[in-house]
Amino acid sequence: MNRSANRVRTGGQLKLLLPALIPVLLLSLIPLVRGVYLGFTDYRLGDPIHFNGLDNYARMFKDVYFWQSFEVGFLWTIVVTAGQVCLGLCLALLLHRKVRFTSIYGTLMLVPWAMPPIIRGIVWRQVYDPDTGILNGILFQMGLIHQNINWLSSFEFVIPAVIVAGTWGEIPKAAVFFLAGLQAIPIDLYEAARIDGAGKWKEFTRITLPMLTPVMAAVVSLSFMWNFNTFGIVWVLTQGGPGGLTRLPMLAAYEEAFRYGYVGYAAAIGNVMVLIITLVLFSYLRVQLKESRS
Amino acid sequence: MKARALAVEAATQLGLLLFMLFLVFPLIWMLATSFKPTAEIYSNAVSLIPDSASLVHYRTVLQEQKILSSMVNSLLVGVFSTAIAVLIALPGSYALARYSTRWNNVVLGWILGSQIFPVILVLIPLYILLRMLFLTDSLLGLTLVYVVWDLPFVLWMLHGYVKTIPVEIEEAAAIDGASRTQIMFQVVAPLLLPAIGASVLFAFISAWNEFFFAMVLMKSPDLMTLQVELARFTGMEGQARTGPLAAASVLATVPSVILFGFLQKWFSSGLVAGAVKN
Repeated sequence: MNRSANRVRTGGQLKLLLPALIPVLLLSLIPLVRGVYLGFTDYRLGDPIHFNGLDNYARMFKDVYFWQSFEVGFLWTIVVTAGQVCLGLCLALLLHRKVRFTSIYGTLMLVPWAMPPIIRGIVWRQVYDPDTGILNGILFQMGLIHQNINWLSSFEFVIPAVIVAGTWGEIPKAAVFFLAGLQAIPIDLYEAARIDGAGKWKEFTRITLPMLTPVMAAVVSLSFMWNFNTFGIVWVLTQGGPGGLTRLPMLAAYEEAFRYGYVGYAAAIGNVMVLIITLVLFSYLRVQLKESRS
Repeated sequence: MKARALAVEAATQLGLLLFMLFLVFPLIWMLATSFKPTAEIYSNAVSLIPDSASLVHYRTVLQEQKILSSMVNSLLVGVFSTAIAVLIALPGSYALARYSTRWNNVVLGWILGSQIFPVILVLIPLYILLRMLFLTDSLLGLTLVYVVWDLPFVLWMLHGYVKTIPVEIEEAAAIDGASRTQIMFQVVAPLLLPAIGASVLFAFISAWNEFFFAMVLMKSPDLMTLQVELARFTGMEGQARTGPLAAASVLATVPSVILFGFLQKWFSSGLVAGAVKN
């Protein structure tokens, strides 16, 4: 295609894209660029903005709360992502067998996903409630505990409790993706393997898993990003407590900006989050793609 | 051989049942709690079937002006943001699927990038900008924010679907003398209806469920959305109000779950896989 025709095409496309691009530019891209910039300033709400280079990051380096929040952020992200991938894949494999009632199960499993994150938090708060919660109720009746445990304010149990609730809400998403991926694998591959006398396990490791590579890469990457940026469910469950133990990075940034007014510092935390996500995804996808090529 | 098949089926059913128990159980328990009178919530924590079911918590919730008005707010913001997002995404998604220029990379890059950046980075400048325009603490402002918030997903979904429509159909219409606009609205749009339906449901659910923007941007008690109102419920005041909170949560969940039910067909159509592959 020659150049001027190409320009005409670009123009035609741009005209159609414009209604979507203008709001995105105004309300997403420009604020985003400005947000990244604010991470290099000492901005506090209402005050004038001064560029202060890397001061925020130097402060972060010495900030115990920052390190604590990123530590729990990593723990949360890795365990929840791993949990949702493993359990989501198991669920998808079971559903893919097309036994009786599969379509009912397929609908039921969407329930946690359909629930608003705030309600997910509320439900699990009620499950974990020390006095009226069913978890203590069951453990008590089974004679496993003799005193009600306050799951969400105990230093020992709060992190596992929050992680279970978080994983629960994310399983359906992963299962839907994996199920779609499984349905796209051509059946003849399995037939050929069966003729060659491959067992079930070999079929899984030699056909199913390799064929799922693109879906796996998508699920892991997206889940990692989403989980690292979690806010709502943990906010409702613990507000970051007890003692900041479940203060995920997003909760830390929110508090810095809107509770203490350190907007510049909060934006700097956001910048570090972007940097970390980008680095992790980049190295993960490189390994994943290299493996699938070999 | 037959016995073996039966055993496999039984094992699969057992596995699925365990999964369903785990996934659905919290909702069932919330339902049970919402029907238990307050005394029973404290005395009979384990039972799933209330001894004396009552609608008292639902009555309490529905008589609270704050909760009712927050439901109306969520509904308004959800409906308008969905309508605007899908309308402006339609031509955009068509352009992404049918043209191939450098704009494709720009837009698709933004769709992915918008997932990487934590909301907080957008939120602070957005808050400052909207405050300048007197659009913080305003349902209009929140609606606009949700439009942009929904766009990446809606664009992605629709553009994947347009790609599955054979170009030949459009070429045939062009030979018959239809203009580009005519082709888009009279030929492509009707074929897109299922995808449009799915996008509408998705956009509405994500607006209905959204919490973070609403919490930061809205200040007046009578402009709160349902999610923010319910999150406030969980503070000190909520401790003593387990029953009404459960009832309100059920009411807030019902619309999303019903709409998700409609979406299920779309999930099983394998379109998700198509979208992933692209």
